[in-house]
Amino acid sequence: MKDLTLETLLAVFEEMFGPLLFWAMVAVAAIITITFVFVLIRDRSLEGRTLVRAELSAPIGALAAIWFVQFMTNSGYSDVGGPVDLFVLLLTGVAGAVGLTILVYTVLALLPGKHPRQN
Amino acid sequence: MGHPQNLTASRRAFLGFAAGGLALAGTSGQARAENVKTSAKIVILGAGAAGTALANRLADRLDGARITLVDGRKRHLYQPGFTLIGAGLKPANYSVSTTAQWLPRGIDWVDESAANIDPEARTVTTRGGKKLSYDFLVLATGLKLDWGAIEGFSLDMVGTNGLAAVYAGPEYAAKSWQAMDRFTDEGGIGLFTRPATEMKCAGAPLKYTFLTEDYATRKGSRGRIEINYAAHSGSLFSVPIVNEKVRMLFEQRGIDIAYDRVLKAIDPGRRIATFASPEGDVEMPYDFTNVIPPMVAPDVVRDSPLAVQSGQWLDQGWADVDKSTMRHIRYPEIFAIGDIAGVPKGKTAASVKWQVPVAEDHIVADITGTLSPAIYNGYTSCPMITRIGRAMLVEFDYDNNLTPSFPGVIAPLEELWVSWLMKEIALKATYNAMLRGKA
Ligand SMILES: Cc1cc2nc3c(=O)[nH]c(=O)nc-3n(C[C@H](O)[C@H](O)[C@H](O)COP(=O)(O)OP(=O)(O)OC[C@H]3O[C@@H](n4cnc5c(N)ncnc54)[C@H](O)[C@@H]3O)c2cc1C
Repeated sequence: MKDLTLETLLAVFEEMFGPLLFWAMVAVAAIITITFVFVLIRDRSLEGRTLVRAELSAPIGALAAIWFVQFMTNSGYSDVGGPVDLFVLLLTGVAGAVGLTILVYTVLALLPGKHPRQN
Repeated sequence: MGHPQNLTASRRAFLGFAAGGLALAGTSGQARAENVKTSAKIVILGAGAAGTALANRLADRLDGARITLVDGRKRHLYQPGFTLIGAGLKPANYSVSTTAQWLPRGIDWVDESAANIDPEARTVTTRGGKKLSYDFLVLATGLKLDWGAIEGFSLDMVGTNGLAAVYAGPEYAAKSWQAMDRFTDEGGIGLFTRPATEMKCAGAPLKYTFLTEDYATRKGSRGRIEINYAAHSGSLFSVPIVNEKVRMLFEQRGIDIAYDRVLKAIDPGRRIATFASPEGDVEMPYDFTNVIPPMVAPDVVRDSPLAVQSGQWLDQGWADVDKSTMRHIRYPEIFAIGDIAGVPKGKTAASVKWQVPVAEDHIVADITGTLSPAIYNGYTSCPMITRIGRAMLVEFDYDNNLTPSFPGVIAPLEELWVSWLMKEIALKATYNAMLRGKA
């Protein structure tokens, strides 16, 4: 591939999902990340109990991400042919797991009454 | 890959300096950052992959240039999608968009085909009789599929009598799938061929062979099917290391190869294909075949003084350009990019992506009176599908070297799922980004 710059990558992703959907997804991801960072700063730490509860959702996130990739293509698990394939599949799962954990943690931490410094 | 644009700027600054003026060096540095002001008339023939990408890039870099794109085709076709359509994995409209939607603002689109080029007078005449004069002319007409060269065949037969023609267009690719689907249900002899001329995406005939075999295996009809591949020469693919890999895969998959057979006629009634071979004409039976005709330059180039004047491509008529700069050998203000260019290999959308910035840079350098160091090294890529869900990401250059984009990560000669994902998901997005001049 020639010149794999950030600009090229953004242009390719815009074409893949359509510019509206792509930037909406980027915005959603950014909002979740910012909110998560806000919660971290507010609480000054990761709240152990909330984190454990959030982590329960990790397998769902992993499966959802892998399912999404399978849904996008005419291929499946049986097509995994080399180490890099397995790596990509695992990476997809990890990304889904981490993503959903962060989302659930943020939501739980924002729910009224769940915030240790509140009252 | 390094960033050739930086390279260009610094090389050009250096050249400017060497030419005797710091001032010149300064302006050529700026030329990169700001748009180049010019009143040059640039005419581009063909609004396919190459012409559209170049028009967008030039419109981005030049201020005041009169860019005219000449193409009578209202539909833009994403041709790499034809293979997926022909395998029933995408609908026909997957490859179809409009020519207009990719064009930059501020350029003129003449929606007629070009009928005549006069490189001495520097004019192009369209089929409707419009005369366009130019300072720079870019040939991006793609190529002509010479269906007439296959005796007994006509496109209205596609989809019936076991006849496929994936190259003919999205609708024909969809009909080809109907024929392939039926064949892999019923069984019989599958016969696959490729022409002896230069061709676009030389991997596509092989991919379709692999896909047919894969369907038969998946459907459980493989035992009732015989698959023959008639190679036009003594090899399956021009890059020796890839050829050897494909030969091994064919052997594993039970696909038989007949070498030195060039398709010349079809008898749909008897289901017999006739091939020219060193031993004279040879007949081979089929129940399913994907007809791929000889490919030649469109008449407007082939019948012009711009075509090659000697050598192996004399009867194919490709534009006679320098293989590193894409500049015409005899007319320096003319360039050819994409399938029409008379360069070895290089007839893929992936090559277009590498050729377009080279031609662009030489045109802009000519306008600013500088020299461009931009060089095309023959890069071509072919996601060689070996079954639904797996492909080999084969990339190579003029010298038959493999040039993997992700060395050590994505092995070029390994059948991988990620390489399939590149073809199925990333390729069209990258192609579209290229059309907009952004990739
Ligand atoms: C079945 C198939 C599979 C392929 N698979 C791949 C792949 O996997 N990867 C890959 O990189 N490439 C692939 N390709 C090749 C790729 O599509 C072409 O190499 C690419 O489209 C070439 O771009 P181009 O601009 O030169 O020609 P085109 O995109 O064909 O455009 C040429 C344009 O010129 C116009 N034109 C013709 N004559 C005239 C005239 N006289 N005046 C004005 N305009 C004219 C035509 O109307 C057309 O719009 C495949 C092609 C096919 C057919």
